[in-house]
Amino acid sequence: MTLLYLILIPLLAGLAAWPAARVAPRAARGLCLAASLAQLVIAAILWQNTPTTGQWIETLSLPWIPQLGITFSLFLDGLSLLLILLTGLLGALAVLASWTAIRENVGFFHFNLMATLAGVTGVFLARDLILFYVFWELMLVPLYLLIRIWGGDRRVYAATKFFLFTQAGGLLLLLGILALAITHQRQTGTLTFDYLQLIGTALSPSQGVWLLLAFLAAFAVKLPALGLHPWLPDAHSQAPTAGSVVLAGLVLKAGGYGMLRFLIPLFPQAFPTIAPAAMALAVAGILYGAALAFAQDDLKRLIASSSISHMGFVLLGVFAANELALQGAVVVMIAHGLTTGTLFALAGAIDERLHTHHLDRLGGLWTDMPRMGGVTLFFVLAGLGLPGLAGFVGEFLVLLGAWQTSPVLAALASAGLVLSVVYSLRLMQRVFLGPKVGEETPRDLSAREWLMLSVMAAATIWVGLWPQRVLDASAPAVQNMQKSLSDAAGAPEARP
Amino acid sequence: MTELWLIPALPLAGFLLLLIGPSLGRRASSLIGAGSVGASFLVCLFTAWSFAGKPITQTLWHWFTVSNLSVDVALRVDQLSLVMILVVTGVGFLIHLYSLGYMAGDDAFSRFLAYMDLFVAFMLTLVLGDTLLTLFVGWEGVGLCSYLLIGFWYRDPSNGRAARKAFLVTRVGDTAFTIALFILATKFHTLNIEAILTACQAWPVGSALAVTVAGLLLGGALGKSAQLPLQVWLPDAMAGPTPVSALIHAATMVTAGAYLIARMFPLFQLAPDVLQLVAAIGASTLVLAGLSACVQRDIKRVLAYSTISQIGYMFLALGVGAPSAAMFHLVTHAFFKALLFLGAGAVIHALGNQQDLFKMGGLRKALPATFWTFLIGSAALVALPPTGGFASKDLILELTWASAPGARWLWAMGVFGAFLTAYYTARMFALAFFGPPHSHVHHKPGPVMIVPLILLAAGSLLTAALDWPGPLGGAPFFSHFLAPLFPVSDAHEVSASLASILQASSLASALAGIVTATLAFRRFSPSVSPDRPSPLVRFLLSGCGFDSLYNLLFIRPFLFLTRLNRNDILDSFYTALAWVAGLFHRGLSRSQTGQVRWYAFALALGAVILLAVMVLL
Repeated sequence: MTLLYLILIPLLAGLAAWPAARVAPRAARGLCLAASLAQLVIAAILWQNTPTTGQWIETLSLPWIPQLGITFSLFLDGLSLLLILLTGLLGALAVLASWTAIRENVGFFHFNLMATLAGVTGVFLARDLILFYVFWELMLVPLYLLIRIWGGDRRVYAATKFFLFTQAGGLLLLLGILALAITHQRQTGTLTFDYLQLIGTALSPSQGVWLLLAFLAAFAVKLPALGLHPWLPDAHSQAPTAGSVVLAGLVLKAGGYGMLRFLIPLFPQAFPTIAPAAMALAVAGILYGAALAFAQDDLKRLIASSSISHMGFVLLGVFAANELALQGAVVVMIAHGLTTGTLFALAGAIDERLHTHHLDRLGGLWTDMPRMGGVTLFFVLAGLGLPGLAGFVGEFLVLLGAWQTSPVLAALASAGLVLSVVYSLRLMQRVFLGPKVGEETPRDLSAREWLMLSVMAAATIWVGLWPQRVLDASAPAVQNMQKSLSDAAGAPEARP
Repeated sequence: MTELWLIPALPLAGFLLLLIGPSLGRRASSLIGAGSVGASFLVCLFTAWSFAGKPITQTLWHWFTVSNLSVDVALRVDQLSLVMILVVTGVGFLIHLYSLGYMAGDDAFSRFLAYMDLFVAFMLTLVLGDTLLTLFVGWEGVGLCSYLLIGFWYRDPSNGRAARKAFLVTRVGDTAFTIALFILATKFHTLNIEAILTACQAWPVGSALAVTVAGLLLGGALGKSAQLPLQVWLPDAMAGPTPVSALIHAATMVTAGAYLIARMFPLFQLAPDVLQLVAAIGASTLVLAGLSACVQRDIKRVLAYSTISQIGYMFLALGVGAPSAAMFHLVTHAFFKALLFLGAGAVIHALGNQQDLFKMGGLRKALPATFWTFLIGSAALVALPPTGGFASKDLILELTWASAPGARWLWAMGVFGAFLTAYYTARMFALAFFGPPHSHVHHKPGPVMIVPLILLAAGSLLTAALDWPGPLGGAPFFSHFLAPLFPVSDAHEVSASLASILQASSLASALAGIVTATLAFRRFSPSVSPDRPSPLVRFLLSGCGFDSLYNLLFIRPFLFLTRLNRNDILDSFYTALAWVAGLFHRGLSRSQTGQVRWYAFALALGAVILLAVMVLL
């Protein structure tokens, strides 16, 4: 039942915070913070008690719609666990980051935030594919509302764009799930959406590729991969701080998680067919995203565009598909969640003080806010892959793994390491360095901000210097992917 | 001695303490800032004292294991790293002391010391790294500190530009380094330096793999050590405070490239072509940078080009297969170039931040201590006996001559470089200390700045004894000390008579340089110099046009393309899609007129078309 609690805790906290905020907004915020921390603690306990054998740490199955073979079933392995930990941490960060910024409609805001978190948690835990799809959509609606109601000047445009893109991807996912389940029913006679049962479904080569592409479409929009990314800079830059944190830190990870969880295990034979193209797309995304980030004049758009570049590393790692690259992709996801999530929180803190995130109206902030400048520098460096911080381990492993698959693509992707310096240092220069722009003297970090930022920084250093715990957690899942890939390569051509 | 971790940990602790910032107070900051490096120096001395010739390895923790690759965070001290840690902490400590005086008036005093301490910690990690990835942590870390310290006075955007340029250009080299790591990790499943150097001996000499890996590592070294074609960042890096230039951009970090090649030397030996390239790059760099140094007006830029040129000598030595000579020059250069930078800093400080040589002059009387120590540093740079610079440069030129057929050209370039070195050094010296004074001396350096100068001057002289030429009654202690790593080969022996001829020719070319410069600048007065320099001088002033070239080739196209694509061309596809959808929407909603006549007409028209299609097909 622990798995159910992981989803219910944020959901119930959100439901309770909605009315509670009318009476005591602080209590509502505190409740949501406590819920996220509770999620974090539960996940940490599960981590401590990870069994040494087998991939699955915990599973849960409740009947739901037996006529259609749909069950309410959840499972948790090391991969989901890592992302649940990230969800708890970033949930707390999102609540803390909007502690003073959100003053209107506090209750409904927190309900939407917590509902998004519950949806994300569900995505990371779902075992039944229909349930997965339900959670996939569930996280979309409250997030849409967060952008639509509390967003910036162009919030309507951004929210609609976000909704349309992800909805289109989600639809293909649903078709893919149905087609897979029906194929499975034709072979075995039972209609089921259970992940573990669908894994063995034999597919003809063309079937496999089409179904893989349908799944991939949804995940590639969320990630986002190059070409499917245009919703992202708008959504991120218009979303309120908490929305950006959750979007960058968690929702994009749902795309990466989906790829890791489904693509190789379900379609091990079709996977190698499209891997070269996907890797090339990933590398193009790494470079394109970095170049796009460099040109932005808006702090939040800059950070958002850099996500396209970072997520390119995830895509590259997934499709390079050896153990190094897959593990690297996992670490990049964690690292990007920590660093970019925090950078959005910092952008929010700047916006709260100066009421702008346009680079032309910022500059020289170090003079008044050296501490915030130092912290921002830290996360900017983590983002550009400074060794010793989280991002480096991930990018190094992805590139090393990709090198073993395609040296040319890996070398091109390495050029992204140079471009990341270009946009990252431009950010630092335009916001904190140079002569002071504007008359205000913003106050430096508050105690609340110090607390949340130090925790994120500590996590970034920890993953950077002692990543083995993280790698060990995802190792069983990754090794099973390796196994299914090599089984598929060795097996004779499957016939439906 | 198994407490190697203390060596980088002490300055790191200093950094962490200083992060608390101004609340510490100036005295406490000074004590922590310089004291932590001093303490680290003591640990290094103790390590050296107890060093018995056998390398000591200390694994700090296990970093990660994935698939068949396992990486530790580990430190190792052997002859080579011992030399480096002594230089880094010894010279580093003196520069820290000096900064206490130099930076005393700065309101970000403790931030400065914090960055400097962090730099020392990373630099020590770099030279002590037992695995290439540990080394890489230090490698990137020193690059970061270089960025932070070049841009230390952050309010001036041009400092920020110089800082970003340094980070970016070195990062280009680092990317090559990273790719070398991918190849090594793929081949050997380890990044342990010792294991790699052993395992790569299985490669045949000149094999494609060896050439590729050595070439990529060289790329990293070129960026860090500001060698052609990645030298462009170093002159601009002078935007940082002068102690930074002395510590990072003269004595330690910029020599890390030479250290890397020396560290991986057995691998480079498997790629003779790459070694030849190293020598050729070194020789070309030392001449080009020397030429540029001859025309600079900013005293720090003279020294910056001089540093590029002197590191060129180190690369030359590495390329001709004489790594211990390169390391020897690294050591002597650390002393005399740090001395020259700190001396220049004393002058700049005394004249109220005046860096223009044409506005100095006559400082011999006003700043006697600076004058005498600067004289010793200059003599070492020019390579006059009995300085350390003489001993090391002499050794390099001699081994270059002896190295291989075709090396005569390299030797000739080295000797021409000696002429250039003498010329720009004498020019700088004459302009600053002789002739009529052009600026008023505001304040004289205090003892906290003078004492490091004197100690560094002593070091510039005493280092000569480490490897004083045999024909002149010396003994090669230094080469022998490094012999376990770099065996001394007999092939490099030259006869005593030839050695004296070589010595005489390089000395003669140095003296010629001094005489030329002295004649030209003895009675120099700024009005003599034309306001608009000739095209050749402008070309040299700009560092031979590399900046404009890169601007044209990389920066402008990049800026153009990124600006062009600011609004994301891929987004316009979706915008078009939305527009088309909108068009249909408007068109169709217009057809909903509510007039029955129109509906009837459309109905009839549709029926006719349908019938026509059915009939015709």
